[in-house]
Amino acid sequence: MKYICLGYYDPAKHAGMTEAERNAMVDECFEYDDHLRANGHFAAGEALQPRETGLTLYWKNGKVASTDGPYAETKEQLGGILVLEARDMNHAIQLISQHPALKYGSLFEIRPAGDLSEMMKASEQRRGKLTAR
Amino acid sequence: MQPAPQWMTEPCAVLVTIHFDCSLNAAPNPPLARTRGETTAHCGCVELSPFASLTGMPPNAPEDLSRTIEDLYRSESGRILATLVRLIGDLDLAEEAMHEAFAAALETWPQTGLPDKPRPWLISAGRFKAIDAMRRRGRLDAAQSDLALQLEARVNETLQEAPQEEEMEDDRLRLIFTCCHPALPSEGQVALTLREVCGLTTEEIARAFLVTPSTLAQRIVRAKAVIRDKAIPYQVPVSQELSERLGAVLQVVYLVFNAGYSAEATGAGLSREAIRLGRLLLDVPGPDLLPEPEVMGLLGLMLLQESRRAARSSAEGDVILLDRQDRSLWDRDQIAEGIALTERALRSRRFGAYTLQAAIAAVHAESSSAASTDWRQITLLYDRLIRIQPSPVVELNRAVAIAMYAGPEQGLSLIDDLLAREELADYPLAYSARADLCRRLGRVAEARAAYEKALVLIPDEARQQPERRFLLGRLEELK
Repeated sequence: MKYICLGYYDPAKHAGMTEAERNAMVDECFEYDDHLRANGHFAAGEALQPRETGLTLYWKNGKVASTDGPYAETKEQLGGILVLEARDMNHAIQLISQHPALKYGSLFEIRPAGDLSEMMKASEQRRGKLTAR
Repeated sequence: MQPAPQWMTEPCAVLVTIHFDCSLNAAPNPPLARTRGETTAHCGCVELSPFASLTGMPPNAPEDLSRTIEDLYRSESGRILATLVRLIGDLDLAEEAMHEAFAAALETWPQTGLPDKPRPWLISAGRFKAIDAMRRRGRLDAAQSDLALQLEARVNETLQEAPQEEEMEDDRLRLIFTCCHPALPSEGQVALTLREVCGLTTEEIARAFLVTPSTLAQRIVRAKAVIRDKAIPYQVPVSQELSERLGAVLQVVYLVFNAGYSAEATGAGLSREAIRLGRLLLDVPGPDLLPEPEVMGLLGLMLLQESRRAARSSAEGDVILLDRQDRSLWDRDQIAEGIALTERALRSRRFGAYTLQAAIAAVHAESSSAASTDWRQITLLYDRLIRIQPSPVVELNRAVAIAMYAGPEQGLSLIDDLLAREELADYPLAYSARADLCRRLGRVAEARAAYEKALVLIPDEARQQPERRFLLGRLEELK
């Protein structure tokens, strides 16, 4: 089963690190990713560029509108997404508990991947009916 | 863990019991399922962040081999885990090593073919994986490095010979006693036993007990933390401690069984697991080196109750009580085994509440109809049960049994006395039993009022619908 692990970090804290500290952190994290990959647990993952590089789309007055950055103003920001292949929730917890980023102040939110196959099937049926009409 | 309201998990009520249902997904998730889609390695990030991008996954094993490995996982993972726990001395590390051993099998076996003895192969792979993990942790964390060396020495010591079958069964018993240690919160005991000994996933257990996976995952995390913090050893307790600790284990097993006592077929999974655990516990030697009588009693009780599974609900999922069940649907093999175990337990003269309940179930199992049942003997057994385990619910069952041979008036006056004591004021089965006796006496208005009272006390939730339909059906009959 897949678990989406959302890793949050505090950019101010990272900025305050020495280069040696930052390198140590990065090396440890990549090494752990390799370990996860070697054991088939690393299904996918992406790092995110900083918040100010993104924008948010939403619906306003019947049109799509956009705004810089995301809405939430928190100290922590989403730094990356890891799709973990684990047997169950506790296995996912165990694997992420060993992630070196935790030691450096990052935090992870672990969410089971949703199974939309039933919903998609129902939706396809509804849409099929519409076109048949 | 409260898998059911307390009134539902009380000792089996022979005539009036309406058990709750719970749904455990019968088909477990395939273990170690792999992503089919290939991924590409690409990292376009500007800022260095602790989260890496992708590279390819290990190649997929051929279909039939990966199915063999999945089957092996289902049948062997519990044993392998228990043995790794003994060798490694750490539940989390053993679990991770076990998963990685199976992942290694998926990767290696397509090239090398299935080994002659997959189990020792997996245990050995698990040991090496654990050593790797400790080395990795030791490198990153100086405090872990001594621990890694110690572990390595211990694992290497035991590396020479593959554990024997018997030794592996003992390992499982050790793990059961650890999972059911009284220092652990009771809901954690149940969850941990199902996950670590029975090999169910967090999500499956959560579904069975109607909680979210995150809630259940937390219970497991907390229970494991207690084991670690209190350094609870992985061992079967000895003589004087045994009977006390065994009581806690049997309670967990019976809770698991009751959680699976369902009108729906999906509950069968948990009951099967509970019966499997009961069989394992037969190997725990008592002071006389024979199985403990209460283990035989509980296993007998579970088998006798399970023998009626096919008969106790209709195709529509409606509850069918004992007096209306088609007894030809009862499983004769389970009855024979259950009775034999119960008789052995009774002969020991050291039996307790589980054995007495099994004896009551055995009397029913041997009767061809409700009318020809020896209700006097059942009443005597309830008398003894009340002496060792006083409970208003047992008294209620006794009242129903008395009504069966002494007449509904007798039973009714006993039930009314019980209700006057107010301990059963919120217990729906007390009212449905009263209703049933009133119905038999032709006191229709009173019967209807009591059925309605029972209905009010059963929550209008999806899982309680069979019970509600049952009461509504009885009300309909009285129109």
